[in-house]
Amino acid sequence: MSTAISGKLSAVSYQPSAISHQPRSVPASQPVSIARARNLKKSYGNVVALENLNLDIHPGELLALLGPNGAGKTTLVRMLLGVARPDSGSVSVFGANPYQGQMRGRLGAMLQVGRVPETLKVREHIDLFSSYYPNPLPLQETFEIAGLSEIQDRPYGELSGGQKQRVLFGIAICGNPDLLFLDEPTVGLDVEARRLMWSQIRSLIARGKTVLLTTHYLNEADALADRILVLNQGAIIAEGTPAEIKARAMGKQIRCTSRLTLEEVRQIPGVLSVKADRNAFELQVHAAEPVVRELLQRDSWLADLEVTNAGLEEAFLALTQNHNAESKEN
Amino acid sequence: MATTTFPIPLAVPRRSLQRTIAIYLKEAKYELINKTRIPIYAISTIVFPLMFYVLFGIVLGHDNPANRGETATYVLATMGCFGVMAVALFGFGVSLAMERGQGWMQMKRASPMPISAYFLAKLFAAVVFSTVIMLLLLAVGIAFGGVHMPVATAAKLVGILVAGSIPFSAMGLAIGYFAKPNSAPAVVNLVYLPMSFCSGLWIPLFLLPHGLQVLATFLPPFHLAQLALNTVGLAPNPTPAWGHVEALLAFTLVSLGLAAWGYRRDEGKTYG
Repeated sequence: MSTAISGKLSAVSYQPSAISHQPRSVPASQPVSIARARNLKKSYGNVVALENLNLDIHPGELLALLGPNGAGKTTLVRMLLGVARPDSGSVSVFGANPYQGQMRGRLGAMLQVGRVPETLKVREHIDLFSSYYPNPLPLQETFEIAGLSEIQDRPYGELSGGQKQRVLFGIAICGNPDLLFLDEPTVGLDVEARRLMWSQIRSLIARGKTVLLTTHYLNEADALADRILVLNQGAIIAEGTPAEIKARAMGKQIRCTSRLTLEEVRQIPGVLSVKADRNAFELQVHAAEPVVRELLQRDSWLADLEVTNAGLEEAFLALTQNHNAESKEN
Repeated sequence: MATTTFPIPLAVPRRSLQRTIAIYLKEAKYELINKTRIPIYAISTIVFPLMFYVLFGIVLGHDNPANRGETATYVLATMGCFGVMAVALFGFGVSLAMERGQGWMQMKRASPMPISAYFLAKLFAAVVFSTVIMLLLLAVGIAFGGVHMPVATAAKLVGILVAGSIPFSAMGLAIGYFAKPNSAPAVVNLVYLPMSFCSGLWIPLFLLPHGLQVLATFLPPFHLAQLALNTVGLAPNPTPAWGHVEALLAFTLVSLGLAAWGYRRDEGKTYG
């Protein structure tokens, strides 16, 4: 995580003083928002995509929508862009109904696209999309920001996965928009390509842009965002700074051998889940210390004690599953 | 829509007329470039009609030198109609179904592009391809088939058939909004080939059973072909051109209505 943090600091320090008029993160209580959604509901047939969703995007922030596949992230982005309509509720972007489209000149979008016209060259795609906007970036600048300079003469169909994502990123930024929607920008990318995309996204924030990023990687949201909303089954289940979300999501894993039964271990307060692995137990917990204290008290034979950080994805699963269990109890 | 006050400047971005025109031109330019670079589209829309014309209009007409030129002229009108249909149906129907189903349309809709630029660009590409096909057919007919007609007649024939791409573009649009990306080519072929046959584009209508001759009057390619045949003076039963124009117009409006329905239906879907 250290590289991520240092990268973030450098993004801040690059920020030119001329455009530092906006605070990096605005407290959620502050009523300044350039996009907002209220009580959004949407279902596709029997599947509920969004359930009473509220959202505010503050100027200059990078807001991450974190959630598993099918959580409703893309649906929400589509509504903010005005290409889909909610069943009920309201959306406004720059004070207007996005559906009417008059503010699209201030928006940029990187969507998950199955297929892009493959015979057009990178330069041609960017040239075309730039022409849609009232004040586009010069082509060369778009190429530089999105890392397309060296592939500008190649047809889209001949590019690698990472290069294709960069073209879509270029399409999103070429109109010099104030608000950008990046829907799963790094999905399917290898580590190197993902790091490159991250540094490109950070450079947008350095330019004073506002970004809504969707992702299902906790470490991506952690590395980039000022604020994270965790979306699960169409509802926001957690909101906070990356540190706050991590504190809620990052559990510990305890491994030990014990004379206790599986059921007895499960009864210990603070244990999220437990499974038997050969002759040892593997416990997922939020905080290790109280659980270890309890384990030692209940079983003086306890041995082979190991405490490790839970994997990010497991922790994230714990967060969403925990919520699902809670909501069932209620 | 709830109204809320925003301390953010709410300037609606304005585009100059010049920039708006530039969008339409660029969209058209790149649509055309894209189509010319897709070998399967360029080959199937240009080479197939040309090949069929050589076969049916010139090689088969060779047996009867007396009316060789007449056969070549007749087939020029009907194969021209056949060629123009393919350009419009595949250019609109298949490409729209793909771009819609695979999320590309969504990128366009999320951008400030006026949606009409997208459709006009496709129409422009259809008109350019249709013109190229008609000029090639005409050139082959004159060079090898004994076709001869006044320049004005030739211009009128090309003009009518190229204008004929409009109703079929509308039909392609409707298909593009209802067909799935993978099945769109099959759907277009299922409509295109039987409709061409039943309208007498392959075999002159008077050689077909009476039932089919009646059916043909309900099919748009029949009306376009009759307009083309009228122009070169080869319509078997010359009927007033206006009736055919009306039929094509009605067909265009019905197709556009279906497409508009599909467009609205599309907005609520999860595509992309």
